[in-house]
Amino acid sequence: MFYNRHPMTNESNTTRREPLIDAKLVQRLAVSDSGFVFDPVSGHSFSVNETGLRILRLLKEGQDLPSAVKALCDEFLGSAADIERDVLEFAGLLRKQFPA
Amino acid sequence: MTDNTTADKPVWIKPTLRAHRSGLLNKFGAVPSRQWQDEFEDVPVADLIHQFGSPLFVISEQRLRKNVRHLTRAFSARYPRVQYSWSYKTNYLNAVCAIAHQEGAWAEVVSAFEYEKARNLGVPGEKILFNGPHKPRAILERAIKEGAHIHVDHLDELQLIDEIARATAQNVEITLRLNFDTGVTEPWSRFGFNVESGQALDAAWRVAHSPNLKLTGLHSHIGTFVMDTRAYRAQVKTMCQFMERAEKDTGCQIDCIDVGGGFASRNALQGVYLPPEQVVPSIDQYAEAICDTLLEATHGREREGRPRPLLLLETGRAVVDDAEILLTSVVGNKRLPDGRRATIVDAGVNLLFTAFWYHHNVKPTRELSGVAEETVLYGPLCMNIDVMRASILLPPLDVGDVLMFSPVGAYNNTQWLQFIEYRPNVVLVHDDRQVSIVRAAEDLQAVTAQERLPDHLRDVSPR
Repeated sequence: MFYNRHPMTNESNTTRREPLIDAKLVQRLAVSDSGFVFDPVSGHSFSVNETGLRILRLLKEGQDLPSAVKALCDEFLGSAADIERDVLEFAGLLRKQFPA
Repeated sequence: MTDNTTADKPVWIKPTLRAHRSGLLNKFGAVPSRQWQDEFEDVPVADLIHQFGSPLFVISEQRLRKNVRHLTRAFSARYPRVQYSWSYKTNYLNAVCAIAHQEGAWAEVVSAFEYEKARNLGVPGEKILFNGPHKPRAILERAIKEGAHIHVDHLDELQLIDEIARATAQNVEITLRLNFDTGVTEPWSRFGFNVESGQALDAAWRVAHSPNLKLTGLHSHIGTFVMDTRAYRAQVKTMCQFMERAEKDTGCQIDCIDVGGGFASRNALQGVYLPPEQVVPSIDQYAEAICDTLLEATHGREREGRPRPLLLLETGRAVVDDAEILLTSVVGNKRLPDGRRATIVDAGVNLLFTAFWYHHNVKPTRELSGVAEETVLYGPLCMNIDVMRASILLPPLDVGDVLMFSPVGAYNNTQWLQFIEYRPNVVLVHDDRQVSIVRAAEDLQAVTAQERLPDHLRDVSPR
């Protein structure tokens, strides 16, 4: 299985399995297919690009990091290490923009 | 990546989230450049980085020559006697100085080191303007012997020059450095003799009383990055008034008026709201202000048998700044706690000293996809102050992406520091597009060459 080992260290993967972000935070967002995001709590709107939109949808499904990275690796051409770091950073940005 | 459908997959790009903001459109300023640039003077950036490493300073010989010619033409077309002098402290890499000299520039130096550098390059003493408040006796003796133009900063220096002239039985022609209030720029009063207080006229009398000294020149430098040409009109007017007074009172004959430097370059000064294209005067505007005033103030001299003075210029920044760029590579990205993106590049403020007062133009060197967002550009130093741009809109960058900082030709290759990191190669793109190293990257040996380790410290094992 891909991602049974850490993409950067090749060590046995012991990555946390809980969701990257509280699903409730992203569940509340209205997300269009074109990447328009509306937060009804703050009233603010945002745009996400193609990869941001895909991550957002995976997070709305409550995916954890390994499964989100695996799904993205299956869909996009890129290194697992790069995708993992970008997902982590994007999740952090979402937590910042959409506080509980 | 063993998936056999790889060819059909879209390429991964960094995810972005951009907040929508509403507000009034800004009617001031220029539209930020979204362009990228993958070459400099027709040499591919990728080739430069591959061959000479990153970070890398790149100088354009063609642009530097063009700038010198443009400046000299702008003044020579408006005034009959003009001599341009290259300001060494702005960029004293030998290659830069040599190009300026090949274009006819004299040398303007401000220390023993710079004087020796100019002489070492082959500039004769009579084509050197020796400024600066610190001229030790040994270098003054040499400069006097070699016929350099000595610009006197203070009375103690004047006395020392007089002593040397007397001791060596030489007649020394000197230039007095003046300071005064132009009413436009902040007065620079620490250099030279003050006009308003009478100090400058006292100094002129002191020269007149010496059998070995002759006052033949006046100099002043009104400031730096001067964006109002009215300051130069006021400067020339004051200098010419002083010239007439000194000649009349002391019997001297002034042969040259040196207006120093201070012309702004097309760089964006921090704290200035409008972009440089809108606030920085052109060289022709500076020339017009200076030459018009000088012509008007000296029009009666020829009729009276007194020649118009030679106009000396010491422009540095406006000539060299846009002839050099800095290439630097992304080494990492991170997200700051406040949500801003931070990108770390391999060139810091130790190399780009002017990052402390400019918002340099920063261009990617490939077409970037993704939405531009506010980014902080940090240098590689383990120091909080190492900020190359505090805020700039950039699309997501990958590790290894190269950014081009410009203009960087003025005061970086002289004020840079060997601090934490080695200083990198500086290369010159020749007129024929050949590229050569004009200052080699430092290594451990170069950095530690001047150090001496006492014998008892050679063994670093704990005692």
